[in-house]
Amino acid sequence: MKGTEAFQELIPLLKDQPVVHANGYICRESFQLQDREANFYMIGSMGLASSIGLGVALCRPDKKVIIFDGDGNVLMSMGTLAMIAATAPKNLVHIVFDNQVYESTGSQRSLSGSVPLEEVARSSGYPVALKVSKKEEVKPAFEKLMNGDGPGFLLIKVDPVFDPETGRVTHTPEEIKTRFMNALGRREEGSRN
Amino acid sequence: MLSSQNFVDQLTSKGFNFFTGVPCSLLSGLISCLEKTPDVPYIPAVREDAAVGLCAGAYMAGSLPVLLMQNSGLGYCLNAFTSLNLIYKIPTLVIMSWRGCGGNDAPEHIIMGKINEDLLKTAGMDYAVITPENHQDVLQRAVRKINEELPFTLLVKKGIFDERH
Repeated sequence: MKGTEAFQELIPLLKDQPVVHANGYICRESFQLQDREANFYMIGSMGLASSIGLGVALCRPDKKVIIFDGDGNVLMSMGTLAMIAATAPKNLVHIVFDNQVYESTGSQRSLSGSVPLEEVARSSGYPVALKVSKKEEVKPAFEKLMNGDGPGFLLIKVDPVFDPETGRVTHTPEEIKTRFMNALGRREEGSRN
Repeated sequence: MLSSQNFVDQLTSKGFNFFTGVPCSLLSGLISCLEKTPDVPYIPAVREDAAVGLCAGAYMAGSLPVLLMQNSGLGYCLNAFTSLNLIYKIPTLVIMSWRGCGGNDAPEHIIMGKINEDLLKTAGMDYAVITPENHQDVLQRAVRKINEELPFTLLVKKGIFDERH
């Protein structure tokens, strides 16, 4: 499955959930398909989408928080998997688009061809860690994680066929932040923990 | 010397309500107090840049974050500070121990101790060196900076806070 196809499966399933995007083609692909106010596009700080998403999830237990991550990002910050597992936010869904390369810099090989990241997540202590490689598997796996208690991990194996003509995120970083914060709103008093 | 408990109380009274970091012996009293403070989380981070990300997420979700770290972690954080906090305008209060200050420390701390302030200045990260005498003023300065949505660093020399290790 192409990365684009995985995004096409997932994006229509989103409602108002905050989605923290890793840098590179994750941001660009998602932005191109459907820009959302509740999308946080991390354009720099590679490796930190997972910790940013964790921070949001811990402070907003009333919201289901989604991370769109990449294999290079996860490998760079594998320790963050331990932080997520240890803090165990039930409202966090961690999705990793794994194309086994650093595609936006010229498709240099990453290590996820040798290292099964879903097993790393499971060993770290994520209660659910799934892996899919077919398009028709994406939606059921996502719904399973969204309907259950997390933190949940979903590894989506995709082909490294990103279209380099795909545009970049056109919002300024400050705009991205302000929109994201507005979309999150304030936590209502008495909301569930 | 400043009382760690008193300083933690000052931070929480100013609205700081989310704490994370990587330990340093110079900050051991603060972390010990935070671990005992109800209703305010202290999340152990695996590395300083992951703590920067955690704080960024916490801030955008409505919390006021504090990151405690040794200056040895500053190198790990520079990309996060420059390509996340400074360009998105995401504030974080950083409490950074200044190991190697004055060249009198273990060998691994000497170079960072010497360039610590220059690195912060070069990166455009505002900071102040905290003392028992100026701590209320620099905390006010930090709060003003954070209200401008920018990070602020408090550099902590050895002996400023009571240590518990």
